[in-house]
Amino acid sequence: MKAINNLLILLLLLLMAPSMAHASTEGIHLDKAPVDLQNMESLQRGAKLFASRCLACHSASYMRYNRLLDIGMTAEQIKKDWELPEDVNLGSTMQAAMDSNSARLAFGTAPPDLSVIARSRGADWLYTYMRTFYADPDRPSGWNNLTFPGVGMPFVLADLQGTQVLRIEKHGGKKISKLVLETPSPMCTAGFSMCVAGYDAAIADLVNYLVFMGDPSKIVRSRLGYIVLGFLLFLFTLLYALKKEVWKDVH
Amino acid sequence: MMERLKKLVCWIDERFPLIATYKAHVSEYYAPKNFNFWYFFGSLALLVLVIQIVSGIFLAMNYKPDAMFAFASVEYIMRDVHWGWLLRYIHSTGASMFFVVIYLHMFRSLMYGSYRKPRELLWIIGMIIYLALMGEAFMGYLLPWGQMSFWGAQVIVNLFSSIPYIGHDLAILIRGDFVVSDTTLNRFFALHVIAIPLVLLAIVVAHLVALHEVGSNNPDGIDIKKHKDANGNPLDAVPFHPYYTTKDGVGAVGFLIVFCAIIFFAPEMGGYFLEDNNFVPANPMKTPEHIAPVWYFTPYYAILRAVPPLFGSQFPGVVAMGVATVIFFFLPWLDRGKVRSIRYRGPVYKIFLTLFVISFVGLGWLGLMPATPTYTLISRILAVVYFAFFFLMPWYTKIDKCKPEPDRVTSR
Repeated sequence: MKAINNLLILLLLLLMAPSMAHASTEGIHLDKAPVDLQNMESLQRGAKLFASRCLACHSASYMRYNRLLDIGMTAEQIKKDWELPEDVNLGSTMQAAMDSNSARLAFGTAPPDLSVIARSRGADWLYTYMRTFYADPDRPSGWNNLTFPGVGMPFVLADLQGTQVLRIEKHGGKKISKLVLETPSPMCTAGFSMCVAGYDAAIADLVNYLVFMGDPSKIVRSRLGYIVLGFLLFLFTLLYALKKEVWKDVH
Repeated sequence: MMERLKKLVCWIDERFPLIATYKAHVSEYYAPKNFNFWYFFGSLALLVLVIQIVSGIFLAMNYKPDAMFAFASVEYIMRDVHWGWLLRYIHSTGASMFFVVIYLHMFRSLMYGSYRKPRELLWIIGMIIYLALMGEAFMGYLLPWGQMSFWGAQVIVNLFSSIPYIGHDLAILIRGDFVVSDTTLNRFFALHVIAIPLVLLAIVVAHLVALHEVGSNNPDGIDIKKHKDANGNPLDAVPFHPYYTTKDGVGAVGFLIVFCAIIFFAPEMGGYFLEDNNFVPANPMKTPEHIAPVWYFTPYYAILRAVPPLFGSQFPGVVAMGVATVIFFFLPWLDRGKVRSIRYRGPVYKIFLTLFVISFVGLGWLGLMPATPTYTLISRILAVVYFAFFFLMPWYTKIDKCKPEPDRVTSR
């Protein structure tokens, strides 16, 4: 009997342990995104980058500006960082500057809404994707991506990262695609490795923000979870003592 | 005050069998005293049913069953409705946990022979509940109107169209359209929130009435009514209240601890409870590379894929899938064992039950994976094991060497 119990518990654990692979992208190794939703500064930096670089073409139409109050921003800060007019209603949702029809004409496909992109693609995919753009003269935009081959999106953060190129190396008959940073960002004056680390950190902030935007309840949720579980554990002990008392004369 | 309350109860009792019902089903309903861990799942299933109905009511207040707005209305619930995210995660986690609880509840019956005479009808009613639950879950999964909702429904409804002669029209009847569309969403919503829950509630009551008529089985699988005290109550049983109300209370809170841990810390359960692809709005023009149903359907889905098509028709697989579900109904008559409980069965039944669990879980896992040749081969082997458990049962339960049953229940 014990054996069957143990087997079942083991099977349950097996079911829960591994995550299912995120839908797209086969083959490429995804780097782990350093997501930390308690880090408000990172979330705010990510939000700023999102406002200045993504929102021109991508909407986030389920996300309201006032949700940014949750990550410690003030109404004034939101208006300043997002370059909103003074009289804008902070309860409105984030719409792209470019309308989707002209975007479709420009890029061949409409840029997807990014509200829940971190939930469908996964943080690791986004973190890898934003770091694997490379110059490719065969593409209409001049850019290609190792994580998302043939992507319609041009590399809008090239000034932050610099230009990567694709090198194909042969290791014993096996072809390995490798990205090499050919020209670092002109904005970066620090050493080469510092430039790479700086860009990775900026993308980590951005992905952190996208994860927050995908499910804003997440910040409250984990805090509340401990309180709920604490209460239930207390209740459990109480009820267990009651059960013991009631059952004490049953043998 | 107490006087008045007593008077009120008397007044009601003269017009409605209040006290008699309470006695028959709670305070004087005798249940075996040796229930173990596996006996929590019946009351837990009832708890999850209530959780699903209550959270569902509040979700329905904010959800829009319209192909244009459905996806957005779910995000509206997640972001703008007060505590909407909690309601939604309760409901989505509840759906999966319902099946966890039901599968463990059914497994309990397999272990202790709870489906055997005189509980055949109790088992059959339970199986009807299980089928209704599958329908409820399937229709509910369309409502968020994500890619998996849409394409999952498309694939499942297409299965019906492989039935010869009537299939094509049947599929149109289910969808109300030639493809899954706004019409389908509307009718699935109606069925999900009204039709099936009504049926579910009615058969759950029937399940309880049947249970209280024949009395609960127990881990020893022996009849407790052979030994009664002077009042005619079984010696090895205790009244449901206060004994099992307090014990099930502990089980319920234990369950809620697991349930809340999922809701608050991992509502997607790594993509098993909420699939990643379902956060992409439904797009009829774009078929996802990999379509897999939610985990609780995957054992049957794997069986469907394991059966090779005949004359280019999926029908044999659909039949196998149907048989795999319906075969449970016949268990009371397939089992020829002399004892009910696994505790007194011989080694053969134990081996077959273990193989069955391995095949069920294995098929469940394979149903989530893409159908590569290796996986298909394993699916075929496991499907044969699955069916062998049922079709060989009359034989292996008969030849199995059982141990003598005790006269009275044991506690361990």
